[in-house]
Amino acid sequence: MHSTDAKPILTVRGLKKSYNKLQVIKGVDLDLHRGEVLAIIGPSGSGKSTLIRCLNLLEVPTAGEIAYNGRRVENRFQSRGGNIGCGELRRHVGMVFQHFNLFPHKTVMQNICEGPIAVLKEPRSEVEARAMELLGKVGLLDKRDAYPNHLSGGQKQRVAIARALAMRPDVLLLDEVTSALDPELVGEVLQVIRLLAHDGMTMAIVTHEMAFAADVADRVAFIDGGVIAELGTADTVIRNPASERLQAFLSRFNA
Amino acid sequence: MPYKWDFNTVLQFWDLFAWGLWLTFAYTLGSIVVGVVIGMVICFGRLSRFRFISGLSRAYQEVFRCTPLLVQLMWFYYALPLLIGVTIENYVAAMLTLSLYAGSFYSEIFRGGILSIDKGQTEAAKAIAMSDRQVMWRIIIPQAFKRVLPSFINQSVIQFKNTSLISVISVGELAYMAAVVNGQTYRPLEAFTIVALLYFVVLFPMTQAADYVEHRMRVSD
Repeated sequence: MHSTDAKPILTVRGLKKSYNKLQVIKGVDLDLHRGEVLAIIGPSGSGKSTLIRCLNLLEVPTAGEIAYNGRRVENRFQSRGGNIGCGELRRHVGMVFQHFNLFPHKTVMQNICEGPIAVLKEPRSEVEARAMELLGKVGLLDKRDAYPNHLSGGQKQRVAIARALAMRPDVLLLDEVTSALDPELVGEVLQVIRLLAHDGMTMAIVTHEMAFAADVADRVAFIDGGVIAELGTADTVIRNPASERLQAFLSRFNA
Repeated sequence: MPYKWDFNTVLQFWDLFAWGLWLTFAYTLGSIVVGVVIGMVICFGRLSRFRFISGLSRAYQEVFRCTPLLVQLMWFYYALPLLIGVTIENYVAAMLTLSLYAGSFYSEIFRGGILSIDKGQTEAAKAIAMSDRQVMWRIIIPQAFKRVLPSFINQSVIQFKNTSLISVISVGELAYMAAVVNGQTYRPLEAFTIVALLYFVVLFPMTQAADYVEHRMRVSD
């Protein structure tokens, strides 16, 4: 649980993102606090994914500012002066994708170790020991030498989470990580995320799993039309929605 | 009257065939190696975000892909010397042209391979803080390599056959030797049949290998 008086780990101010003339994010202010789980919900095309992808600069914002630990994020690889570049930012802010994006030419173990070895230049033995720990955590110890194409969707996504965690990030961004899964495989992935939340991992989670969001998130942001339309605790946003838009949106999940 | 085959007369010149075959191998391998280097440079040139570099690379590709190799050979051997005032030995012109020609095709094969790798791979690699260079060499190229292998072998088979064209500037490779032996023996049927067989015997296993590689990759994916 976060304390609101502490300085946020990620701050977003006046964020805008356009593709040519199409404005997807129309001015977003957001704070993410250490240890906090923020769920981002909203209709398709509302800009949820774009917003979360701006946080590690996979999308470059058109306007506005992002700061990590008080350091301004700059659109270049190397950090410079007091500012932080995307190379350093991404060491601290990991991401898990809807379509897993595991490296098919590498085994599960190699997928997990790739970042720490190639990027962080950590010794292989150390990294592999940590990878084994992570594999235990996501329940895939027996798959260490398997190739991604031989795994189920749920297994792939758990490997992808382990790969992100191997970098020992301070923040984890999860972009609709269960949307591509068969319904019966969703639970195993959500279970891993619950575990992370329980361990105090700071996370921003774009999701369509409302029950899960209500359950695991400290705060919920409802994005609609490129702006944050509602922001508050899961209780207020999901269980007692104020606006009609949000009520209509949520009603579709209670069928 | 049925034709009376006489391979013995022609096979007296087996050493010429052997030497021609050796040169064909040498020009093929040499131009493949240089062509791969050129191909990689031009491939990255085309993928460059600098318009000037990608434009230049594109121009190179189009010039060499849209003119016949035979014309290129003659241009580099007969025409270029007039332009630069230095004669070019036939083996230099041959090697240069074959390599430039191969490079233009290889570059497009490589580029296709790189572009065929899903964008999610780049994003995942960036998300674990890789630099653009690391993304390319650790994630994209190893996957693209597997994917382009069949087309690469295919283009190299064509390259082997294309070396026969350098006979027009009197480089003594296999096809040239067939003409020489024919001139000595007046036995074109035997001479050219032997040469055709030699090409086939070398290349047939290669096309089979390409099929095998392609098949195996499909299974592992």
